[in-house]
Amino acid sequence: MTQKKLVSAIVLLFMLTFTVLAGCSDSEKSSGDSKDEKVTINYFTFSPGTDHEKDLQDMISAFEKQNPNVKVDYEIAAYDDYFTKLQTMIAGGKAPDVFELNYENFVSYASKGALADLSKYIEEDKDFDPSKLNQEAYKAYQYEGKQYGMVESFSNVVTFYNKDLFDKAKVDYPTAEWTWEDELTAAQKITNKDEKVWGTYAPIQFHEFYKVIAQNGGSVFNEDKSEVTIDSPENAEALQYMVDKVNKYKVTPSVGDLSGQSPEDLFKNGQIGILHTGIWMLSAFKDAPFKWDIALEAGNTQKAHHFFANGLAVSKDSDAQNAAYKFARFMSASDEAAEIRIASSWELPAITNEEILKPYLEQTPPESREVIFEAMDTLVLPPVIEDWSKMSDLITKELENVVNGKKSPEEALKVMQGELEKLK
Amino acid sequence: MVGMTKKKTAFWVAVFLLPNLIGFLTFIVFPLLSSLAISFTNWDLISTMEFVGIDNYKHLIADKEFWAAFTHTITFIIGYLPLVMIFGLACALLLNRKLKLRAFFRAAYFLPVVTSWVAVSLVWKWLFNPSYGLINYFLSFVGIEGLNWLQDESLAMPAIIITSVWKDIGFVMVLFLGGLQNISTSYYEAADIDGANSWKKFWNITLPLLTPTTFFVTIISLINSFQVFDQVMIMTEGGPGGATNVLVQNIYNHAFRYFEMGYASAMSWILFIVIFVITLIQMKMQKRWAD
Repeated sequence: MTQKKLVSAIVLLFMLTFTVLAGCSDSEKSSGDSKDEKVTINYFTFSPGTDHEKDLQDMISAFEKQNPNVKVDYEIAAYDDYFTKLQTMIAGGKAPDVFELNYENFVSYASKGALADLSKYIEEDKDFDPSKLNQEAYKAYQYEGKQYGMVESFSNVVTFYNKDLFDKAKVDYPTAEWTWEDELTAAQKITNKDEKVWGTYAPIQFHEFYKVIAQNGGSVFNEDKSEVTIDSPENAEALQYMVDKVNKYKVTPSVGDLSGQSPEDLFKNGQIGILHTGIWMLSAFKDAPFKWDIALEAGNTQKAHHFFANGLAVSKDSDAQNAAYKFARFMSASDEAAEIRIASSWELPAITNEEILKPYLEQTPPESREVIFEAMDTLVLPPVIEDWSKMSDLITKELENVVNGKKSPEEALKVMQGELEKLK
Repeated sequence: MVGMTKKKTAFWVAVFLLPNLIGFLTFIVFPLLSSLAISFTNWDLISTMEFVGIDNYKHLIADKEFWAAFTHTITFIIGYLPLVMIFGLACALLLNRKLKLRAFFRAAYFLPVVTSWVAVSLVWKWLFNPSYGLINYFLSFVGIEGLNWLQDESLAMPAIIITSVWKDIGFVMVLFLGGLQNISTSYYEAADIDGANSWKKFWNITLPLLTPTTFFVTIISLINSFQVFDQVMIMTEGGPGGATNVLVQNIYNHAFRYFEMGYASAMSWILFIVIFVITLIQMKMQKRWAD
């Protein structure tokens, strides 16, 4: 190699090194929250998924129109990767100014002190009236008496049923008074092995478990979460009911029977009579080639329905907290955002303005849309603790052991009790 | 670079090694040392780190889940290692003969090695599908039906082992092929004159002279199989009921699902020490065997 070539190689090398180093260093952030200066805030979210990015863009442009000084840059991640990414961003000192948290994860972030207290912004804000929001949902984002997040949407799980299959089996449609026994009887009549039709489906996982035990008067923790109450006869009975539908009565397909198909697809295909799933499936079932409707969930000793909420929280490290709060408020309480949400059959906005909710209720199918709001009277909140995903994993693991016949419900609950006591 | 002084040469050597060195320091040495430091803290990525001494290691010793993961890893190794060695050697012996299309077969057996684990795992997940999978279809001809491979606690690990063996046969085969070609043909010629059959030739010539290769393959495969993860993550995520929760899956869960970076780092270091000790033992034994 000649001397000349060598020198140019080295120069190139140094240039490369410097480019890399420059790339690593912090890019300058626009600071200051003053009125005249243009502020850019970063929003990190999972709920648009692949279907609703356009709707998110519409919401953002509506917000930017109202707040010409604020520009919103958004980033969407799939739910499965979302929290790993978020946690890494926060650890790397590059937390988004405002980000989405579902209720289950909210507590963990609030308790670790990653979120900005929004109470003072809310107090100063004359345009915002919290009573316009669903109170249950709004208060879900409080931690130790302070507001750390703004609820934007919520959803729940109801009983979807295929009317044609009910008619064929000559069974009466579900009513608000339905019990587990009624559902089981109906499911047995609907199940038809030869035609590959199953009576009913509910997944056997943690989310379903805490709701079903609530339908039997059981719980995971006591009221103030100071004690673990999972090992109880009510819960054993409820768990037995969950697995009996699969193993004893064979009215619910097992994981093996499903073999990779989703129960939602089977329902859409007319192969499941009763499906317990979320209202986020409403638009997917719109074109199903049979008559279907929704009903309240069956209970045993009492009624219980899921409650899932998404909200926006502001990072405590954000240097544009005021603008970030404004955006969170817009996504949560503005009529514009709510209207886009409803028009696109996204999740239910958390506002209670009936004028805006009306189009949602008028859409068919299903005819009984009001069920979604009726279900709100018997909510069971997820038994959230700081170690949410750990608890969820360990309970799911024991549930699998029960379905596989490796443990009895009583044995599994005993293990859960011990493990949860260690977590507390 | 004729005519340069030694000093000058050293300078240029350093310049050319620099990019590599920077990468090595930033992406290997620094994370390695930080993970050791983090293993003595309770870091959750968000809250400030607190030094907790050897609490993580104490907790680890009493943690049933960790020891279960350890046992699952050993179970995997016991199933995987002998199979991959035997099949790898068998393929090497076959493809060392003068065959038609020998190059084609060698490439075919090596193909899974260069395929990404993600693709392989997804395909095998389908092959193991209870209703539509090819494996259950073939088994149905011999009267075995309805195996729930990945959903069955006792079959999930064998399914992972089968997948891993299939993928790694080619790698082991290539190493053995290299070893076989280093054995001088004169040994076999002498054996032919003495009237030895092929089994005797294999047992008395091939196998002993392959020892250094066998040894190398064992070390590499053992180290790799302690770190089994990709296929588990994709095919079972450690389930069902925790039956395939191997060490690295367990570390992943604690680090990226529960955000217990301190505890996960402690587990990584225990895994490192285990692998290190095994390697040391094998190095010692190598001297006795290979020489």
